[in-house]
This record gives sequence, structure tokens and C-alpha cells, in this order.
Amino acid sequence: MTNPTTDLYQAGTRKKWILITLLMILLTGSVFYALNAGSYQLSPSQVLSVLSGVITGNTETLTPNDKIVVFDFRLPRILLAVLTGISLAIAGTVMQALLRNPLVSPFTLGLSSAASFGAACAIVLGAAWLPYIADVYQNYVIVTAAFILGWLSILLIYGISRVKGSTSATLILSGVVIGYIFQAGVMILKYVSNNEKLREITLWLMGGMWGANWNAIIVITPICIICFLYLESLSWDLNALSAGDDIAKNVDVRVEKLRFRGLLVSTLAASVCLAFTGIIGFIGLMAPHIGRMLIGSDNRYLIPCSALLGALILLISDTFARTIMDPIEIPVGVIMYLIGGVFFMILILQGKHRVIT
Amino acid sequence: MTIQVSDLCVSYGSFRVLKDVNCSLENSEILCVIGPNGSGKSTLVKALAGILTPDSGTIIINGSDADTISGYERGRTIGYVPQDFSYLTSATVLELVLLGRRPHVSWSLSETDLAIVYSALEQLGILGMAQKNITALSGGERQKVFIARALAQEPELFLFDEPTSALDIRHQIDVFEMMRDLVRHKGRSVLVVVHDLNFAYHYSDRVILMDEGSIVATGPPDQVMTHDLIESVYHVPMQYVDTSQGRYIMPLWT
Repeated sequence: MTNPTTDLYQAGTRKKWILITLLMILLTGSVFYALNAGSYQLSPSQVLSVLSGVITGNTETLTPNDKIVVFDFRLPRILLAVLTGISLAIAGTVMQALLRNPLVSPFTLGLSSAASFGAACAIVLGAAWLPYIADVYQNYVIVTAAFILGWLSILLIYGISRVKGSTSATLILSGVVIGYIFQAGVMILKYVSNNEKLREITLWLMGGMWGANWNAIIVITPICIICFLYLESLSWDLNALSAGDDIAKNVDVRVEKLRFRGLLVSTLAASVCLAFTGIIGFIGLMAPHIGRMLIGSDNRYLIPCSALLGALILLISDTFARTIMDPIEIPVGVIMYLIGGVFFMILILQGKHRVIT
Repeated sequence: MTIQVSDLCVSYGSFRVLKDVNCSLENSEILCVIGPNGSGKSTLVKALAGILTPDSGTIIINGSDADTISGYERGRTIGYVPQDFSYLTSATVLELVLLGRRPHVSWSLSETDLAIVYSALEQLGILGMAQKNITALSGGERQKVFIARALAQEPELFLFDEPTSALDIRHQIDVFEMMRDLVRHKGRSVLVVVHDLNFAYHYSDRVILMDEGSIVATGPPDQVMTHDLIESVYHVPMQYVDTSQGRYIMPLWT
């Protein structure tokens, strides 16, 4: 005889799998739509023939322009949006669980500002400090600098939360303050730099998918997959942690080690993407929240669910950004600021007792 | 399940909370820990649960030193219900009670796991709330959910830190009866921190009376909770009323 709890649990699990499958289908559909959308007109069958041509290695029958647009321009950009959405979403979900605070995300913790300072440093000073690095590799210097600084800021937050506790006030205020400090650094750099570099910094700060190319995808994909698998493997521990440090310790979770490693890996995921795209705010905050509403807070399902949501939100926003004012494109970072700001506001207003404690 | 604590010292920073505590827990008994606020009761429980690291002294669990017991093993043998608990955002009652199975599962839950969770929910009368969000519950209901979580963990020893502080008298009795059942019929041991002297007197097999980080007395309730000792530790004049139903300990209104 089955008991009602089993039924309830299994029904819940089934529902969660259905939801994840639906999101996957939705994401696949969006990817295909995004491949079609743009100022260069392509029919779905043309897109399909390019894709199948590339996969089978039979590219001779394709129109060169079709192939360039689909395979060299649109596909890497779409993949970058998807990977960035996934990375920021899982980073946000895991950071929220680790610091036991639902308002935490790579963006609200100041990681983005810190990473942007790193990138700006590399843009402005890179060539002067590292004259022997060929221009081709300057991009990687930017990426590395953004990553290191992003990491530093999370280390700082981690230190503060250990000394002062991880209440919303402490974490968010620390994030804001760290953000200000690094923004000051960015302003100084902007002030002293010339026109060309100024534009580069500004573009980076607004955040967008124009850094997309196959090299970026090759760098990000393995990191993103490994980070996802690692963080997903922490699910049970994260679940236990959400009931409190003491209960987690009682059920054999090494809390300090878990926090440190979890933050390290989620920061890695987030900052590697940010380094290529520039600042993309709020994805890491929105995706987990929508995910929790849809699928509940069991991290085994929440992490993949918010990863898919993050990818979906960012891909749709980016496609919107590059097609709405065609041929001019709006930086997707700007759109995310808009949507995310409103979302954050809603959280504050409706969530008095539930989210913000 | 036996525990032997010798010369245990625990500090928060430079403040020593437990001073050379010696005590023991026997197989299948309800051991109540009583004492005024700040006397070190919760600290003792946390040290036993492996949450706080002692400065010195030893804790022997089932004959082996607690330091040598893996966290995994400890998670299976000791279940802890903290005094205050908070939950991150939303979770359903079911999700929270499922956490109790954490030390027993690696990834997915079996039929057995779910049956255990079911009986935990049933014992605390919260089956109907399984799908409710934890944030929508009252303080007392939430307390029961956390007790159910510990039940689902199926440990040999339960450490309850004031498990009934938010419950009404009916549910307080239910929880203590449940503890008695765990001890008498399922061979578990229970160590419970409690403020209500009458519950301690009525339900415990043995009592530990603590004051200012030390153990004042330990033994059967009628020997430890004497008029003189209770008055001197709590600094409240007491009245002991013996009835056919047993002894009642009451403060004397002055």
C-alpha cells in the first residue's frame, strides 16, 4: 500500500520533471526563433539547412552569407546569451542558498561592479602594463582581470558575513558599498582614458552579447558545465543549509567548507560570463525567484529550473534588444536593468514577510 | 545509546559557558536539562550535537570518542532540534521534513524514506499541512515541523532544545508523550532542555540541573528537584504540592 506522502512526493516530482522538460522545449524554440530573427532575412528552412550542413560537414551547397550570419554571427551570440543566463542564474540560486538570503545575487553583492573595475583596468592599463601581449590576447587579459576582481569582492562579502552575520541589511549594504568603491575606480579610469577606450569601457559597463564569438563559447562552455554539475551535486547540502546552520551541521554538512567552495564555484561561473558580456544585472536574482515560485525550493530541481529560466530570460531579452530597433541594437544589459529593477521593486513591495526579513 | 561527558569546557570567544561539565546519558531514558537562562543548557546540547567544538574535555558516544566519529555517523545517530530556527524563503512542510532523510540518502528517496516521513508527519498531527508553505504556519506548527524533521532522521538519540516553547498545553503534552513513547517502545534516548519544571519532574527519568555553566545536581527528579535546590538556583520561593496525581512545583506568589 502506498502512503499519501509518497503519492504527494511522486506527484510533485513528476510535476517538476514536466516543468523542466517544458522549459527545455521553450528554450529550444527560443533558440530557433532567435536564429531566424534579425535584419538579414532567413527562412526557417534556410536556417535548418545551414545547421544540418555545419553538423554534417557538408557546407558546399550553402550560400556563404547564410552560413556566416547563422553560424558565425547569430549562433555564438545565442549560445553566449544562453550560457550567461545559465551561469548567472545558478550562481544566484546557490549564493542565495549559501548565504541564506533571498536577495543575494552576483549583481546585488557587488560582484558585477568589481568585475567591471577589473575589466576597465585591463582595458585602460592593459596595453601599457603588458606591452608584450599581442592585441589578439588583450581580450583574455580583460576576462582574467574581471574574474579576479569579481572573486575578490565575493571574498570580501564572505568575510563580512562571517564577522557580521548574513542578514539582508549586512549583505545588501556591503554589496552596495563595495559597488560604490569599485565604481569610483571605474570613474577614475574613465576620466583618464582616451576616447576609444572610453567607448570600450562604456560598452562593457552596459553589458551586451557583442563579445560573442566561438572562442568565447569554447572558453565558457566547459566552465559552465562543470560549475553546473558541481553546484547541482551540492543540492542536498544546500537544502539542509536552508533549515539553518545548526541543523545542517547535525545532518553532516560541513557548513564552512560548503560555503567557501560553493561561493568559489558560483563566482567562477558568474564572472567568467560577465567577463565576456560586461555587466548583466538581475538575472541571478530573478531566475531563482521565479524558479522557486514554479518548482519549489528543493535545490535538486531548483538549480536546473532557474538555469533554464535564466537562459530563457536573457536570450529573449537579447533577441528583443537586437531586433526591436533594427538595425540599431540596444545593449541587453540596459534592458535587464529595466526589467530587473521593476522585479526587485515588486519583491520589496509584496515580499515584506516572505522575502525580505 | 550512551553518552559519557567528562570535564567538558566550551567557550564563545573568551567567554567560558561550560565549565568542567561531567554527565552521562543512559540507554533508553528521558534526560531533562533544567536551569535558569544562560546556565549553559543549549551550549551543552550543541556540543553533544557536534555543532560547537569544545575547548577541552571528552564526549564518548557509544564507547568511542566523539572526535573519531564521522559526521556521517553522527548524523545518523543524533537528531537535533534547535531552540530557534529560521528558514530561507519558502519551502513546504514536506520538503523540510524530507531533510531529515539527508544522512540516509545519497540522491533520490526510496519508498521506505517516504514511509518514514509519512509516519513522522502523522505522529505530530501535521499530515494535512504537508503541502503548506512553512512561512504560512504559526510558531507552534513550525516547531512541530522541526520535531517531525528530527523524527524522520531516525536517530538513536534526540536532542531537543526547548521543543515545546511555542506550543499550547495540549500539544506540549502530546510532544512529551511522543518522547516517552520513543524511549519506552522504540528504545531511543531523549535529552531535552525544558523550562517547565512540572514537565521535567513528571516526564524525566533523570534530571540535570545546571547553573552558571556547571552542573549543580544530577539524578532522578525527586532527588534533584528538591525544594532547597530549586529555590537556590532560580531565586524564587517555591511551593511543592503533593497530590494523588503526583507532585506539583509552583512559584510562591509574594
